[in-house]
Amino acid sequence: MRLSRLSRTTLGAVAGLILVLVYVPLLVVLVNSFSTSTSLSWPPPGFTLEWWRRAFASEGAMDAVGTSVVVALISTAIALVLGTLISFALQRFDFFGRQTVNLLVILPIALPGIITGIALNNFFRTIMGIPLSIWTVVIAHATFCIVTVFNNVIARLRRTGTKLEEASADLGAGVWTTFRLVTFPQLRSALLAGGLLAFALSFDEIIVTTFTAGSGVTTLPIFILNNMFRPSQAPIVAVIAVVLVLVSIIPIYLAQRLSGDEQQRR
Amino acid sequence: MTTNATAPAPVRGSDRDDGSRSAIRRPRATPARRTSVFLSTHPRMRLALLLSAPLFWLGLVYVVALAALLVTAFWTVDSFTGQIKTEWTIDNIVTVLTGSLYQTVTFRTIGVALLVTIIDVALALPIAFYMAKVASPRARRILVIAVLMPLWASYLVKAYAWRSVLSQDGILEWVLAPFGLHTPGYGLPATVITLSYLWLPYVILPIYAGLERVPDSLLEASADLGGKTWPTVRHVVLPLAMPAIIAGTIFSFSLSLGDYITVNIVGGASQMLGNLVYTNVGAANNLPLAAAIALIPIAIIFGYLALVRRTGALDNL
Repeated sequence: MRLSRLSRTTLGAVAGLILVLVYVPLLVVLVNSFSTSTSLSWPPPGFTLEWWRRAFASEGAMDAVGTSVVVALISTAIALVLGTLISFALQRFDFFGRQTVNLLVILPIALPGIITGIALNNFFRTIMGIPLSIWTVVIAHATFCIVTVFNNVIARLRRTGTKLEEASADLGAGVWTTFRLVTFPQLRSALLAGGLLAFALSFDEIIVTTFTAGSGVTTLPIFILNNMFRPSQAPIVAVIAVVLVLVSIIPIYLAQRLSGDEQQRR
Repeated sequence: MTTNATAPAPVRGSDRDDGSRSAIRRPRATPARRTSVFLSTHPRMRLALLLSAPLFWLGLVYVVALAALLVTAFWTVDSFTGQIKTEWTIDNIVTVLTGSLYQTVTFRTIGVALLVTIIDVALALPIAFYMAKVASPRARRILVIAVLMPLWASYLVKAYAWRSVLSQDGILEWVLAPFGLHTPGYGLPATVITLSYLWLPYVILPIYAGLERVPDSLLEASADLGGKTWPTVRHVVLPLAMPAIIAGTIFSFSLSLGDYITVNIVGGASQMLGNLVYTNVGAANNLPLAAAIALIPIAIIFGYLALVRRTGALDNL
């Protein structure tokens, strides 16, 4: 399809405009983090660094970041293992109930969070009799993170096929050696991409977390929800948001470079 | 399996066992190797090992929890003690199906979710198409990062950002006031705007991935056969990208259907299904009724998934 210069420019302009719309609210948050107004009125009456100083001195905020990182790391690790296993099963085998298993993986993300939330809350407390804690959050998060790993890994498996693994087995390598030297290197960037998404999903989740977190467990989203309607705390929430977006550039850039390298090598 | 031109044909055992005829020594029969051989000759065993852990997890944690919730919808709460009574009744279901409050809120929620989905697809298509088919590889990489980055800003902060953008002394009022226009304020329009904003990256990414898979050669073929831009987009690109587009709509539709926090932040007094479930679990302490209300979005999502299953959208999530 040959796009005319005009339609290319128009399309580019529309794409640019949408990106501007996406970033304006984030810029408002950035500006508000320096604003002297605690009610976030526009234009800001004055500028201050006070909120940035307070955010980094806030123990509650730092603890919440720590809790969120721990929860996200453990649930991502579980999701990586389970997601990889299930994508091998669904991609390499044809069996009765395959479609059902596929649906089962998608369901935790396809059903609204509040349903997963109350279902798990009811399951932990009344059926299993387990008190809510940080571990119930991890179990809940891992359950809906499986799908992101699954999607990335199964897409990769579809592309790579089994020829190299068969060659490895023919040359006498065992299951573990083949996985370590042949399969895993092929999957590495897919695992990274899926793992990053799982981490991001867990790090930002609020609805399921509300229903599965014990009373002492404060993840970052819970901290933000508790604080954003307090006038003296709202700008601190803005600071945290800005820092998170800036920090997120690193993993996204790494993931992009990794997949870019791979495309060039092919 | 292997053809061997130099060595004489194996006289005893199979190729695998006959290590003496070539320079390659016969592998030692360690337990690990025996396991490998066993696994490669028993594919069903392989499948069972692969599936057992994930199915145990999903089955125990998720299916049991969901089934228990569905069963709870047929129980009731003792109005004196607040305890759940395990007597079978369909009162909750009847209440939810016939109560005018539930009907109004259900239609409102479906309307909001549909509107959000339409807006998101309309916004995602041009930008995803530009990323996949027009931009240079370098620009594409930057655009992917630009689309992904807002995903990392907290959901709550983005909703809150819109609260401040849409407020009476916010930036939107400041921009529109000189033209005699005003911010919509808090309410359903604000909810639709904020939800569309929140789910836009989730819709862009699958559509971008789907469009990237459309081979350029097909577009060139269409052009060679005289197809102009719009006919090519309509008859070649869109049909091929449809599963990916539907995959994107699953995200925006389902995420909007269950949301209650954004409505609380920018929706004013409007209620969605999520709010009804939330109040019944929390303040009203009526889990059976909450479970009965939750059946509505579950039924809608299952209906939607069943509808789109044939398009192959579930492989594009």
